[in-house]
Amino acid sequence: MEKFTTHKGVAAPILRINIDTDAIIPSREMKRVSKQGLSEGMFAIWRYTEPGGRAPNPDFVLNKPDYANTSIILSGVNFGCGSSREHAVWALAEYGIRSIIAPSFGAIFYNNCIRNGVLPIVLDDAVVQDLAAQVEADPQANQIHIDLKQKTVTAPNGDVHAFDIDDGQQEMLLEGLDVIGLTLRHEAEINAFQDKDRTARPWVYV
Amino acid sequence: MGQTLFDKLWDEHTVTPLEDGADLIYMDRVFLHERTGSIALKSIEADGRSVRDKSQVFCTMDHIVDTFPGRTDDTIMPSGKDFIQSTRESAKAAGITLFDLGDIRQGIVHVVSPEQGIALPGLTLVCPDSHTCTEGAVGALAWGIGSTEAEHAMVTKTLRVQKPKTMRVWYDGALGLGVTAKDMILHLIGIYTAAGGSGYAIEFASPAVEALEMEARFTLCNMAVEFAAFLGLVAPDDKTIAYVKGRPFAPTGEDWDKAEAYWRTLRSDDDAVFDKEIIIDCADIAPTITWGNSPQHTAPINGVVPDPNDVDDANLKKSMIRALDYMDVTPGTPLESLEIDAAFIGSCTNSRISDLRAAATLLKGHKVKEGVKAIVVPGSGLVKQQAEKEGLDKIFTEAGFEWRESGCSMCFFAGGEHMGFQERVVSTTNRNFESRQGPETRTHLASPIVAVASAITGKITDPRQFMSEGEA
Repeated sequence: MEKFTTHKGVAAPILRINIDTDAIIPSREMKRVSKQGLSEGMFAIWRYTEPGGRAPNPDFVLNKPDYANTSIILSGVNFGCGSSREHAVWALAEYGIRSIIAPSFGAIFYNNCIRNGVLPIVLDDAVVQDLAAQVEADPQANQIHIDLKQKTVTAPNGDVHAFDIDDGQQEMLLEGLDVIGLTLRHEAEINAFQDKDRTARPWVYV
Repeated sequence: MGQTLFDKLWDEHTVTPLEDGADLIYMDRVFLHERTGSIALKSIEADGRSVRDKSQVFCTMDHIVDTFPGRTDDTIMPSGKDFIQSTRESAKAAGITLFDLGDIRQGIVHVVSPEQGIALPGLTLVCPDSHTCTEGAVGALAWGIGSTEAEHAMVTKTLRVQKPKTMRVWYDGALGLGVTAKDMILHLIGIYTAAGGSGYAIEFASPAVEALEMEARFTLCNMAVEFAAFLGLVAPDDKTIAYVKGRPFAPTGEDWDKAEAYWRTLRSDDDAVFDKEIIIDCADIAPTITWGNSPQHTAPINGVVPDPNDVDDANLKKSMIRALDYMDVTPGTPLESLEIDAAFIGSCTNSRISDLRAAATLLKGHKVKEGVKAIVVPGSGLVKQQAEKEGLDKIFTEAGFEWRESGCSMCFFAGGEHMGFQERVVSTTNRNFESRQGPETRTHLASPIVAVASAITGKITDPRQFMSEGEA
């Protein structure tokens, strides 16, 4: 998994509430049995003019030349709600999105981000709106700087906003850890738990 | 201080607290489907790992299979066959239980799981599908995860999870005529928003919840995720135990006695304190329908499309204005005046036998309005078989409904069959997102009886005009 330490990049405001994973990647864009090749379908219903088409909608923020090389998304409450499809994060990561800043996230989506080296940052709506206003003035120049170790977001005007993330999730992103490998360090405890459980709840073991 | 049911089950499944504040939670069962199942299984194989406990991993075909009679591995979705065949191969190689096409047990994962007795009270169960919270209705801890987490659960038999806070949603009083579990959950989300349950494990409780039959409890828990909850659950009771008994994967003999005795202890203590409590007065719940593109965009069926100008929150107002445009509706318009193009009965929310019985009871003696496309998709092969035994299929087909094979079908547009461009659909599904059911399709979420009443008149319709007191 790609590490996340610090990142500075162009941020695109998509300031809608409840952006669901169907919007991030419609089911019909998940065409292959693969984690790859999904970025083309990212935000397809907003990004292209026709359903299933590929003609760019010039009004969609990521299609504007000012937002070339966007790597951060600014959004509204409950970003990534809905379907558990990890394809949403695979598509974002493949497109080059390293972080999403929003007041809250869908719980499954949040975890999927952590597992794929994408940093979900929770900041108040007012802060997100302020970041968006600064970015919009000159998107290429007014980049946002994120420092995961310090847990800070630095706005283009120099304001520093602290954010929270669980220690374990922070470490996984900083180190790009293989989570399964990490958990398997507890294999002896898992074995012991299971042995005891087989006696306590024999009815579970079909 | 007493404990909540959620806390008890959480503690019982905690292998060890982790150094980072999360808990390592023992996962009893994992369910897969063809949309993401093979990706997860192949990825495990590619990493040189294996499924730790294959007897506790199950898989079904539901997401992209066609639902036409006589279906094969070929799908209208261009690459659907790859997903189906690759999942079949991976499931076979991994040695897990597969409910394949042609198997009477095949169906929507959240219908099959309890139907087969795979979801049992007190278990932890995950599936790479957000509606796994449905299974909380049997008193299990069940929640949706991504594919990577599914790999983790299969390889390690655990998940690393931050413990959520607890919430109790108490439905006070009794439900009125024509009001169903679907209306209970839509009403809750309508009032407390689609983010209202964020960070919480929710227990649905009260005499009104206890009065619900098991299948209605599945509907209630199913949309906990639309409320942004980590999971939803209902404490097991006599109904739960009667429901579980005799199911293929349920315990038998001595194991059953042991399990039943344990299940009867599974309830929140009287003095348990929840982090948050919500009380809903059942008298306030009407048959409910959504008018917009979020499950929080609800209104009583005999109400009107709301006006964004009545809302203070700027973000909410913006989302309402966008939804009004997408849905082609205007504030103040009575919902019952909206003409529909289609009615859809199905999905993990409302495709069980009781849903089909309620729909057929209301439909009997009526016809679907000319020009309205009406479709019923049973939740599993066994639901379909039971419905046919009761003659429900005849009631549907004679009235003008299509009668299908089981699957997720047009709950979402996967590139295959879908609702038409900008068509207005009354749907018993769970998501009314933009283009969810088809290109720019306008979805109105509602109960099966609302879908049937609307199919009969060709307009969104209050089902109570077809009902009399004493009916459900």
